Amino acid sequence: MSNNPNRGTGVTLSSAGSRYWKSKSAYLGVIPFLVFTGIFLLYPTWNVVTGAFQDDKGQFDTAKVKELAASPIVRNAFYNSLEISFKTAIFGAILGGLFAWALTTGKPGGIFYKISVALSSVLAQFGGVMLTFAFLATFGFNGVISSIFVKLSPDSFLAQSAWLYTLNGLAVVYTFFQIPLMVLVFLPTIENMKPQWREASDSLGGSAREYWVRVGIPVLTPSFFGAMLLLFVNSFSAYATAATLVNMSDFLTPLQIGNALSSEVGGANPQEAKALSLAMVIVVIIVMFIYAQIRRRVSRWESSR
Amino acid sequence: MTWKVKVWRYSIIGLVGFYLLMPLYSMLDFSTKPFAYFQKGRTLEAWKIIPSQPDLAISIFRSLVSAAIVMTLILILIVPTVVWVHLKLPKLKRIVELICLIPLAIPAIVIVVGIAPLYRWISINISESPITLSLVYSMLILPYTYRSLSAALDAADIHTLAEAARTLGASTFRMMAGVIMPTLRTGILNGSFIAIALVLGEFTISNLLNFKTFQVVIAQIGRTNGNVAVAVSLASILFVLLLLLLIPQKNRQKEVLDVDVA
Amino acid sequence: MKFSKLAKVAVVATVSAALMVPTLTSATAASKFATATSASQAGGVAGLAAQCKKEGQLNVIALPHYWADYKSMIDGFKAKYGVKIDEADPEASSQDEIDAANRLKGTDRSPDVFDIGLAVAAKYHGTGTFAPYKVRTWNNLQGAAGVPSAEYTPNYTGTMTIGYDGSLGTITKLDDLLKPVFKGKVTINGDPQGSSAGLNSIFMVNLALGGTFDDISPAVAWFKKLKDAGNYINVNPTQATIASGQTPVVMDNGYIAVSIAKQFKAAGKTWKMFTPASVGSTYNSAVSAWAPHPACARLWMEYTLGEEGASVWSQGGATPTLWTHLVKTKRAPAAGIAVIGKSKVAAAAATAAQSTKAREYLKTAWVAAVGS
Repeated sequence: MSNNPNRGTGVTLSSAGSRYWKSKSAYLGVIPFLVFTGIFLLYPTWNVVTGAFQDDKGQFDTAKVKELAASPIVRNAFYNSLEISFKTAIFGAILGGLFAWALTTGKPGGIFYKISVALSSVLAQFGGVMLTFAFLATFGFNGVISSIFVKLSPDSFLAQSAWLYTLNGLAVVYTFFQIPLMVLVFLPTIENMKPQWREASDSLGGSAREYWVRVGIPVLTPSFFGAMLLLFVNSFSAYATAATLVNMSDFLTPLQIGNALSSEVGGANPQEAKALSLAMVIVVIIVMFIYAQIRRRVSRWESSR
Repeated sequence: MTWKVKVWRYSIIGLVGFYLLMPLYSMLDFSTKPFAYFQKGRTLEAWKIIPSQPDLAISIFRSLVSAAIVMTLILILIVPTVVWVHLKLPKLKRIVELICLIPLAIPAIVIVVGIAPLYRWISINISESPITLSLVYSMLILPYTYRSLSAALDAADIHTLAEAARTLGASTFRMMAGVIMPTLRTGILNGSFIAIALVLGEFTISNLLNFKTFQVVIAQIGRTNGNVAVAVSLASILFVLLLLLLIPQKNRQKEVLDVDVA
Repeated sequence: MKFSKLAKVAVVATVSAALMVPTLTSATAASKFATATSASQAGGVAGLAAQCKKEGQLNVIALPHYWADYKSMIDGFKAKYGVKIDEADPEASSQDEIDAANRLKGTDRSPDVFDIGLAVAAKYHGTGTFAPYKVRTWNNLQGAAGVPSAEYTPNYTGTMTIGYDGSLGTITKLDDLLKPVFKGKVTINGDPQGSSAGLNSIFMVNLALGGTFDDISPAVAWFKKLKDAGNYINVNPTQATIASGQTPVVMDNGYIAVSIAKQFKAAGKTWKMFTPASVGSTYNSAVSAWAPHPACARLWMEYTLGEEGASVWSQGGATPTLWTHLVKTKRAPAAGIAVIGKSKVAAAAATAAQSTKAREYLKTAWVAAVGS
């Protein structure tokens, strides 16, 4: 080890020029990541985004984008998509977050914990035709639960299965995979909360409520919002589940995209699909921006960085 | 545990458990019925078909290899990058977060449109094996893995850890691998779980590119009739669940680094 | 050091994975098979069969097993010619089939043959997507002469029908569906803006109400009535939902209803059919211009558009385009006659222009009528 007291912190006493490059050398660390995502993620995204502006012959053309921006049907589908995404993000985050907390109150690494995490991983990926069927088989006509209610209280909404076929019904189905997702991405945060904090709070005379209000929630909030953002985007782009439960292509934006890609009766228009996807990406960027603003205000923990 | 905590704990577990397990039970209920719901009795007919399917074993093997590749990429590419960005390049944090969110923002059917030319090239010039899908899968897990790691990093005080490690003379490599990674153990483990579940659960992209992955074969088995389709889908859930439970997880919480830095 | 151990494991995993990646087996198509426009140019059916055996596999797409009994078609072809059949994406639409072929162009996984609706077939005619091929029975296929280039060949026709669980009663007229017994049970297969079965269901109801193909507002108004009564649900019916009873009333192609009826009969129950008006569509077979297995593709065409195919399709409930000829020459199989009869009632079909107009109307009207 040399005598230089600053060794190891990245600051040296060399000339200003090479100090500039040394400070920029940290950026080298992200190059492998950027190359890999560049090929497999950014290039395909670029294909899609520029495809929104290319007509059949490959010429630059903004007509389709303008047409979609002006269409009330497209806007309506977007509102529905946004609405369901917000609802399922909030409910999924609350229920999932509570469940993640419940897991940490038990034995760490115990059987129940392991099974819950493993099951959450599997169910977070579960969707599409089978998920819809599972809910139909539970709450639809002749379903397991609806049959029970038909006998007990035939007039309640659970005995009729009409509620399942609405936007809120779809939201209930979506929440099924939002909850496990929340558990998976939020659990590490809760687990990293040190028991010493609680001990310190208790030994200073704070009650459980005070602990949560002053320590617990402020620490958890940034991650909570981050996870909620993930849930929102996840729900926003979900396609297969909606396609089975709601057989109407103008109901949600992903359904419109699906129709633009696979329509057998003349609705197929790849440019439209790409333009709608571009709109979805823009929405995600906007929501991310809002999230970043919220985090800046909410996260006192991070402001010391 | 105080009784108040117990009440909360059990009611939440009960509620969420019911929400998640009830639909699965309905699937089990249907798959053990003989064809046509109005018949009485239970039967395992639909389930018995499953072991005799030839393509199943190969597809499971291939999917597992893909999962291994994806996990490798997580460990050697994604985790170091995320930690690096958190430590050294906080300005890039939002950009990296946005990049990691894009795979989720675009529906899978559109992602296929974007990567199709790439995979055509790969199929013609490199290999037609479904294992090549692991490359696009590693992009698909970015949102979850990033969020998992980020959540762990937010609560762990890695800046202080890094400073401490540095002043004690650790090289960058030693600091990253020996000091920071252990605090991320839960985050990485969860990220790996998601990766495996995703590789074994992904359907849309592999189906549209006509690769015979695990879920595509499952769907194929189920095309004969409805009971079999539901049975085999439920079987695939149980299979992946068992697979994940076999991954050794030693004392997750106890190993969180306990650095008392004032 | 833990990390370098991990790195070692990673390298080993990647290398072994690469080694296990199967190498590209190029099915080098003898060029005469890739460009043959009829069996005579390829050494007859025997020549095709021999080359197909060498190719070893046929790639098909979008052929559900319950659709006009394609299960028997596929099993029969496999048994007769001893080749594997790779079935991709049974639930794909006609547009998806062409998209898949384009997406996989040049690979071994690209579909060899298509079974597509008229709209998509006409759309890609002359674009180099199809390889023209005249089957031996071409002159006897109804409607084949309308496509002189033989880029695609009409293969079978179906009539739309309303299939329903027999235990719900018997439907004698369209408005029976508005009765309370059908609450929350009526569905149509597919979204009318994307699926031809969905759109044809609307056309069928429209004709039954006395309307024409040019104006589907009566049908949409009727569906709104059905939705308001709580009888219509937006769910997409699948085999599972029909078997479990969530969608006991399905408006779909007749041949699908036939296969459901067979399944129900085997379980001791009935699936009845009611056809208020005769609306149908003809599907078309075509060979992919870049089929990785050209001989097998052409052999499949000969098989399905010949007598064996006609026998399977007729028993599956679809009317093969060869049927008129078979009935005339008394070669129609009795089992097929039992299912579809001898009549060649030409079901009414919408033109492309009428379909487009209907779709435009549905864009705004459908969500308003049945949206929730």
